Amino acid sequence: MGLDIRYPIGLMFSIIGALMAVYGLVAKADPAQYHQPAGTNINLVWGIFLLIFGGWMLMMAIKAKKQNK
Amino acid sequence: MHIDLTWIDYSILALYTAFVVGIGFALKKYMKSSSDFLTSGRSIPAWVTGLAFISANLGALELVGMAASGAKYGIATAHFYWVGAIPAMVFLAVFMMPFYYGSKARSVPEYLKLRFDERVRALNSVSFAVMTVFASGISMNALAKLLNQLLGWDYHMALWICSGIVLVYVLKGGLTSAIYTEVLQFFMIVLGFAPVVYLGLKDAGGWSGVKQQLTNVASNPAAVNLVDDAAKKFEPNAWTSAWQPLIGGPSANPMGVDIFAMVFGLGFVLSFGYWCTNFLVVQRAMAAKNMSAARRTPLIAAVPKMVFPVLVILPGMIAVALTAIPDKGYRLPQSQIVEAKYPAAIAALKESAAQNADLKETIKSVSSAAGVGFNTAKVEALVKDPALASLSDDALKPRLQDAVVNDYDGVILSLVKRYCPPGLLGLALTALLASFMSGMAGNVTAFNTVWTYDLYQAYIAPHKSDEHYAWMGRAVTVVGILLSIGAAYFASMWTNAMDIIQLVFGFVNAPLFATFLLGMFWARTTATGAFVGLLLGTATSALFHAMTIAVGNVPGVKGGYIAQVATFPSDMAQNFWLAAFAFTVCFVLTAGISLTTARTKTDDELKGLVYSLTPRLKDEETSWYLKPAVVGIILLAVCVLMNIIFW
Repeated sequence: MGLDIRYPIGLMFSIIGALMAVYGLVAKADPAQYHQPAGTNINLVWGIFLLIFGGWMLMMAIKAKKQNK
Repeated sequence: MHIDLTWIDYSILALYTAFVVGIGFALKKYMKSSSDFLTSGRSIPAWVTGLAFISANLGALELVGMAASGAKYGIATAHFYWVGAIPAMVFLAVFMMPFYYGSKARSVPEYLKLRFDERVRALNSVSFAVMTVFASGISMNALAKLLNQLLGWDYHMALWICSGIVLVYVLKGGLTSAIYTEVLQFFMIVLGFAPVVYLGLKDAGGWSGVKQQLTNVASNPAAVNLVDDAAKKFEPNAWTSAWQPLIGGPSANPMGVDIFAMVFGLGFVLSFGYWCTNFLVVQRAMAAKNMSAARRTPLIAAVPKMVFPVLVILPGMIAVALTAIPDKGYRLPQSQIVEAKYPAAIAALKESAAQNADLKETIKSVSSAAGVGFNTAKVEALVKDPALASLSDDALKPRLQDAVVNDYDGVILSLVKRYCPPGLLGLALTALLASFMSGMAGNVTAFNTVWTYDLYQAYIAPHKSDEHYAWMGRAVTVVGILLSIGAAYFASMWTNAMDIIQLVFGFVNAPLFATFLLGMFWARTTATGAFVGLLLGTATSALFHAMTIAVGNVPGVKGGYIAQVATFPSDMAQNFWLAAFAFTVCFVLTAGISLTTARTKTDDELKGLVYSLTPRLKDEETSWYLKPAVVGIILLAVCVLMNIIFW
């Protein structure tokens, strides 16, 4: 089937990851308003992780496309 | 009480929705024939079908139900994985997939037609269709309830909108769309949920902290409303050890099951019945691009399945542990008594106490006045309190609320509430949404294939054009979703979704595996034997349910409405024994009748359908470590290791 599912997965998690990481960075400036469970800025940490995961998925998809050519 | 979402949470929800719907639209142009829509034209790589295989199973059953069971029963819940799922998935890959995929059947019921006859197919397709609708309805009911409690969204609106999204992407891209979105949903569920579990575990003092607290809970489970009997005590390892509490018999473990029911009922009958014959999951493997990919599908799925207990059972255990630590300010979720109902409930309680009424009657009258269920031990303590008559309403309110039964299905959302700041909240919510949608899409795609090929084409309108069947596939997708919504309203009457699903699976799946086992591995099995065996096996399920009951249940929907021949210590035990009975009846009858009736299919006709009459498959893999049997053995070895570690 003509769609490599790694593109949408990679793209979606990259966007969500970037969104969360930036939100974590900005919200950190106001610690009184920002709930950090168990002392972790979880948005920043997990956002970066999702960004890496999304990027890796995209890379795999692009690599597969090149190989098929 | 409700959580307010912020713009970032809405953004994540919207992104996810846009992507799943977008996948449906992107695939629309490939949907030309009915087989493109209903069977994906057998074109999908193994890693995709493998993750979809596991994701289709990740409905309410997993996230909500398993966390609920994790809280109620502890680590023994992992038996659904390490005794149940993994061995069955390996068996499917190594022994059964060659017949499903090799026979060119488009569905599991169609395999039954090729192997036996139309009667067996009709019976199986009808019962399967009913089951998928129920499974999907239960899943959507749980989702709508959850969104209602957490966000204050309207139950009906949540139900219809979420079903609407599933409808759009399944309608556009058919099975392929469902499978592709299931892969996306798989990652969403894992990545959205892992941080919540991590934060919970950290908060509760790590694994050793959780274990310590659960040991304390086991010595006084009534304190957190986990059992109804104030004097009930378990061995310290009842929640933290998978096998030892089972050896002590039903009274020594919170699940209330014995080792035979666990190993034979769950491990063999229910699990093999589900994983090896349920078209919902088998359909994913059948959509794979070739035989080798089809056989690898369940094996790839088994890897994440093996570690899922960390994601789905551990949260329930964390919730119990947190409840046991006083300064955490956490309590297992309960239904809330509505403010307006307190006066009537308190009056009912005081009146019963003054009259020295029977405890059961007391609970009945207080429950009906308050509109929620109560824990026996806590109500008993209240009634026996000599100061009760003189206590003010304000002093009684918190004590009455504390006596309300736990709402285990709410465990997941209580943890999400506790740990997620905006951002992560959106992600975790989306993960929950994804799990329910994948469950519903899985059921709907299986339902529309069985309806179109096994019921409509077979009995109602044969010999129509392919366009007609493609149209019917789409039309019945809409009908399937509407039926699921109906089933969701029906399911909203129950308290523990998990037990209902097990019950439905018990009715339909338990006898079925006997039919497949005999059909695939014994050429002598006849169509009449299979049909009568399956029919009476299913009837045995229903009869067994009608004639037995679990302790504490009222005769009715929970069983025992004809007679109460046997009483089981728990719903779970009743379900496992039901499965064991139905399987045995089906197996014995099918074998017995087969021996007395004549075969209708020749050896030649059964080639490719029966093990002994099919030439050995030559593995396509060149390297030995990729062969299904080798991978299967490695998976089983790891599985045994897991059981030993958590012995």
